[in-house]
Amino acid sequence: MTDLKKEWPLFEVFIRSKHGVSHVHAGSVHAADSTMAMENARDVYTRRSEGSSIWVIPSSEITASAPSAKAALFEPSDDKVYRHPTFYEVPDDLEVL
Amino acid sequence: MDQIFTTALRFGDNAMVLGQRLTHWISRSPTIELDIAFGNLSLDLIGQANLFYELAGKLEGNGRSADDLAFLRDASEYYNVQLVEQPNGNFADTMMRQLLYVTYADLVFETMKTSPQKDLAAIAEKAQKEMIYHVRQAGEWVVRLGDGTDESHEKCQAALDNMWPWSHELFAYDDVDEAMVEQGVLPSAEHLKTQWLESLGEVFKRAGLIIRDDNWMPGGGRKGLHSEHLSYILEEMQVLPRTHPGAQW
Amino acid sequence: MDVHHEDKDMRARFDAYVADEGKVEPKDWMPDGYRKTLVRQISQHAHSEIIGMQPEGNWISRAPSLRRKMILIAKVQDEAGHGLYLYSAAETLGVTRDEMDEALLSGKAKYSSIFNYPTLNWADAVIIGWLVDGAAITNQIPLCRCSFGPYGRAMVRVCKEEAFHQRQGYEGMMVLAKGTPEQKAMAQDALNRWWWPAIKMFGPPDSDSPHSDQNTLWKIKRFSNDELRQKYLDMVVKQANALGLTIPDPDLKFDEDTGHWVSGPMDWDEFWAVVKGNGPCNRQRMKHRQKAHDDGLWVREAAVAFAEKQAKRNNQQKAA
Repeated sequence: MTDLKKEWPLFEVFIRSKHGVSHVHAGSVHAADSTMAMENARDVYTRRSEGSSIWVIPSSEITASAPSAKAALFEPSDDKVYRHPTFYEVPDDLEVL
Repeated sequence: MDQIFTTALRFGDNAMVLGQRLTHWISRSPTIELDIAFGNLSLDLIGQANLFYELAGKLEGNGRSADDLAFLRDASEYYNVQLVEQPNGNFADTMMRQLLYVTYADLVFETMKTSPQKDLAAIAEKAQKEMIYHVRQAGEWVVRLGDGTDESHEKCQAALDNMWPWSHELFAYDDVDEAMVEQGVLPSAEHLKTQWLESLGEVFKRAGLIIRDDNWMPGGGRKGLHSEHLSYILEEMQVLPRTHPGAQW
Repeated sequence: MDVHHEDKDMRARFDAYVADEGKVEPKDWMPDGYRKTLVRQISQHAHSEIIGMQPEGNWISRAPSLRRKMILIAKVQDEAGHGLYLYSAAETLGVTRDEMDEALLSGKAKYSSIFNYPTLNWADAVIIGWLVDGAAITNQIPLCRCSFGPYGRAMVRVCKEEAFHQRQGYEGMMVLAKGTPEQKAMAQDALNRWWWPAIKMFGPPDSDSPHSDQNTLWKIKRFSNDELRQKYLDMVVKQANALGLTIPDPDLKFDEDTGHWVSGPMDWDEFWAVVKGNGPCNRQRMKHRQKAHDDGLWVREAAVAFAEKQAKRNNQQKAA
């Protein structure tokens, strides 16, 4: 194919379904620029009124944590159980807590 | 009432024929994303046609449904402008035809939505929201093509040359239109054209395109006079209801 | 530790993790075979959606009412959308859209053979929703739990959206089956031509299906071809009977002991002929796709050229 090099870049699409909730990753689209990415995202991901707001961002701009760093990043918090309310025992019949 | 009926029918027919034309791109466009976009454009337009036809049928009072109006009228009873029946051509031709028409429709609906004629106003209110998006989408593509490669620029300028003559008819008001202007349903032709040119001018400037008017002004759609294309469009569109009269689908 | 051993260890750990219903995300380590299988399956699935736009798309311009026209457009649009969700899922595995397009256009990649049959009358466009989407849903529901996260998530979205496809198809068939004698004849004609291809959509019998075993262990496939076919048959026979249409299988019978429908013999030679490119529409479908690709090249190039110019202008503005 002659246009192999010219593949439109990939954009990640985040959609807020309604006011009051966060933008959630919906998927990705190809587009030549961010204006087109916005239109494509609207056409591809909100055909059933799923959206009230869209973010698009070039996939290449996302910094992701490496899978190999999973243990180092996330396991240290596993034993910090005191951060969770269930760590604390209070009488069941206490109505005010 | 007749004039409102005629106006509803005309805008219904514009939307119907253009919507029908655009559906042809689905599965044939430059990207899959555009296949979906063409689906959305045609769904908006066919939805508008449906509303205008329902209103026309109600005003007429002879029990004709939206489907009857869409599928059981001949080309000479269709009142769309000839611009919308012009062939799709290449992607630039389609986008240019789209830009010329939807820019006009957006401005018309802007007036229509505030008119005292409540039924038309309600349809225009909904339709204009759709048109705003269409105008932006078509404009962006015309700019991309006009300011893209040499090849796309050439094709885009050719598309403008090709579609331009058909745009004159948009402003060739007849008695019905003038009556609608008086009732506040339509903007005056002069005002409309000024705004339309202004809006297009910005797009053409960014696209690097020039209007080359050769004073050819085809028209007649309002009276049911069409280019040769329309009867083919309708023949294809109407084949089933015409072949099976009275059948439900 | 030598590399070979590490791979073996990782492979064993991966297999155990997946067997235990663990989900795999794109950047996790995975065996080459797993990646290849998924790229093949997901891209084939995407190609099927894209080629699948054509047979129904063939009737958009002739849909017999405004309502039917809008439904059909929305449905064909969904197919394009589903193709895109799936291409994105495959791209997370490191394959590009262009590579997948190229594989489809060169004939290296396959798509579902069902779309190589023609839509000759209006009922064909309708029956696809009922029979073909019905089979697709039967296939896709278990895929929502696929071990590969992006594929499973795409399937959840697809299944949610496809719920309307089968219903509109069945409703459309009902109208025809209860309509004029000509309409009923259309519906029967469509059923006669689409029945067997639909039943064969689940692929060859388990006895000669090459990929099933490993894919089952990897939780890519959860039911065998024959199991899925049985599920489908039991559902679709009842639906056909409710329409009052005649299923074109004289040997079809209900087995009282098992409580399942049993079909007559399936012609697998015909199936393989279509898979190998000799169905009624294989060439037409590929030509159509190729033409869209070729005709659109200058547009895609223009968009890139424009984006580059814009970026340059923005940079100059910033610099100034």
